[in-house]
Amino acid sequence: MAVHTKEIAYNSKIEGEVIVSRADAVINWIRSNSMWPMPMGLACCAIELMAAASSRFDIARFGAEVMRFSPRQADVMIVAGTVTYKMAGAVRRIYDQMASPKWVIAMGACASSGGMYRSYAVLQGVDRVVPVDVYISGCPPRPEALLDGLLKLQDKVKHERSAKNLLTATT
Amino acid sequence: MSETLLSHLQAKWPAVTARDSLDCEAFTIPVDHLAAAAKFLRDEMKFDLLLDVTAVDWDKESPRFTVVYHLGTTTGPDYIRLAADCPDDESPTAPSLTGLWPAANWHERETYDMFGIRFNGHPDLRRILMWDDYPHYPLRKDFPLAGIETPLPDFEIGEKTGADLQPAPMAGGPFVSAGSGRSSQDEPRAKDQSWTEAKPKPN
Ligand code: SF4
Repeated sequence: MAVHTKEIAYNSKIEGEVIVSRADAVINWIRSNSMWPMPMGLACCAIELMAAASSRFDIARFGAEVMRFSPRQADVMIVAGTVTYKMAGAVRRIYDQMASPKWVIAMGACASSGGMYRSYAVLQGVDRVVPVDVYISGCPPRPEALLDGLLKLQDKVKHERSAKNLLTATT
Repeated sequence: MSETLLSHLQAKWPAVTARDSLDCEAFTIPVDHLAAAAKFLRDEMKFDLLLDVTAVDWDKESPRFTVVYHLGTTTGPDYIRLAADCPDDESPTAPSLTGLWPAANWHERETYDMFGIRFNGHPDLRRILMWDDYPHYPLRKDFPLAGIETPLPDFEIGEKTGADLQPAPMAGGPFVSAGSGRSSQDEPRAKDQSWTEAKPKPN
């Protein structure tokens, strides 16, 4: 019978209570596993965002359950819903108030491209006012799609040169 | 009831006429008598509930704008519609009914916002949906659904991001649902997908 002997955890006896790693790996590991969302719930997609946070889908499994209504404590803004021109300034201002490093997920057709609202009142994609890292398709996307988007973002964060840019503000 | 209501109104204001209607009774009232007629209907005819205020833009016709009111009653199932033509086609006006029904306040603000009809005597006639500096009236017939290029309401954000209000890409829109077929095929889509802004309509 094959026995799986590969150590994947930290073994204090072997390592002598010292871990050797790269700063990027450590920082990115910390950042990607505790992404606190700023729930920018503007329309129907926010309902799916709420579902993603509740027990059936449980976004806490990925360390992103701490929805912060204060931008100062948030890492990732999830724009869930239709962004009107009247709201666009507020979205940008909240993004500006978030502390670096910060990321943006455009959840759903409306936030990504204006969706079906081809009209005089709706911003045609939130990427016109904030830089978007991950776009999620769907109207609305299912909670699984949001979780998938979050995993994609975590993957992106894990490849960032974070030690080099430690003191650089995200704009 | 119908004859009596019309005759009651005509006894006071002979210019009131019945209006074609597919559902409830409707009357055309000269705009000068609108407030008095509404007060009469509220106090003496039991139409004490203001349900809706809106307007119609008849485009090239004159008078161009008609304000429309729906009145209900709290004591029965009756429901009527009043319409009054606004005097001026360029800057239309109508009397405010906020003195009779507080409910008229936001309805009239919305009608002002969308059609540009000024309600005389309104205590606080500001836009309610679009922002205060928005220069157009979106529900007028000459306003394109896609919108007209305008700066963002937040000036600094517009300067910082370079974003402004651009006409939306209609791409064969407006986007409507077909209203038939399986639900998977009934999602909103452009009415005519043979053209986009980049690829003009084949003649
Ligand atoms: S993408 Fe669909 S579900 Fe999401 S906010 Fe827009 S209309 Fe609503």
